[in-house]
Amino acid sequence: MTDQTVLDQAARPEFHPRWYRKRLSTWWWLGEWHYLTFILRELTSISVAWFVVLTLFQLRALLHGPEAYARFAARLESPIMIAVNAVAFCFVTFHTITWFNLAPRAMPVRMGGKRVPEFLVAAPNFVLWIAVSALVAWLLLRTP
Amino acid sequence: MADKIVLEIARYAPDRDEKPSFQSFEVPLRKEWVVLDALNYIKDRVDGTLTYRWSCRMGICGSCGMMVNGEPKLTCATFLSSYGKNATVRVEPLRYFPVVRDLVTALSDFLVKLQKVKPWLIRNDQPPLSQGEFLQTPEQLDLYKQFSMCINCTLCYAACPVVGLDEDFVGPAALALAQRYNLDSRDQGAAERLATLAHPDGIWGCTFVGECTRVCPKHVDPAGAIQQYKLTAALDWVKSFLLPRGHEDAPREAGHD
Repeated sequence: MTDQTVLDQAARPEFHPRWYRKRLSTWWWLGEWHYLTFILRELTSISVAWFVVLTLFQLRALLHGPEAYARFAARLESPIMIAVNAVAFCFVTFHTITWFNLAPRAMPVRMGGKRVPEFLVAAPNFVLWIAVSALVAWLLLRTP
Repeated sequence: MADKIVLEIARYAPDRDEKPSFQSFEVPLRKEWVVLDALNYIKDRVDGTLTYRWSCRMGICGSCGMMVNGEPKLTCATFLSSYGKNATVRVEPLRYFPVVRDLVTALSDFLVKLQKVKPWLIRNDQPPLSQGEFLQTPEQLDLYKQFSMCINCTLCYAACPVVGLDEDFVGPAALALAQRYNLDSRDQGAAERLATLAHPDGIWGCTFVGECTRVCPKHVDPAGAIQQYKLTAALDWVKSFLLPRGHEDAPREAGHD
């Protein structure tokens, strides 16, 4: 039997008068917490893109000299920009945590023929993340 | 007086009803009773027309999967007492499947998808019987054992929104079972399965919601199997550019290291 004939047979409910099939609503992800967190995780990519674009604009301002950079910095200080960046920061943090937690799922690390426990795969990501963040914070916040 | 619990059960008779509706039944709440016991009580004592699937009562046949309070569950392993006294427990057929009657879903579509991924040992060569059995080390067994625990209960399909949105998506259990055979040292069929698996309706349809793994009663981790196969397929794609002539054997090797 070819795949197609199998499919045709499956599509036709020969001995049933009717099957009931419910269509999924556009808002399927609102009803359930697990689905909602998934959609939020997907949406965090917008925040990641936002910070990339912001960095590109920052580099452009840097290339155009001190005055252009001062204008760029002044724009960043507006309340709207602070609010947008605060929200984007929360989303990016959520992005990082959720993806680090999923890392052991996608990468089963084996050592000595045994699978390394999940938290030992996720933990180095978190440790490295915190260490790099601390280094960056130290570089930015130290008094010159 | 004995404690009671109310079951709201989805009823659907295809020759009579336009769409399913709920019917409430009051059943005694016993400490050792699971949802399936309550359904059997209703069928025996209250309403013999209630239709549902079940067989083993011990979490191995995979027949009694239903939505219990909106969660895909094996009803033989879901205790009524975990919902508390005088609670209302809503029992529905597994989500995203066509409903045949009451709590019975149509599985033919799933079975076609399962067959498509060829979940059996494929050999290109047939060594003579005199050579003996195919031996496997504990490490080789460990590579695929988790994925081989699947009982085809389809709870993962009822948990996966991609299954609900895209009828053609092969789905978690079938993809995990394909990976189970790809990772088996006795199997040589990875190249044959590649076209079905590395396809927009195969692994690339998966958006890694992760719900399949969360609801799996056998801890199969279909989401993990799919993500791991994504890496294999992507590496194979890269290899096909770098080593166009050596490509034929590449997927088999990838599944066997």
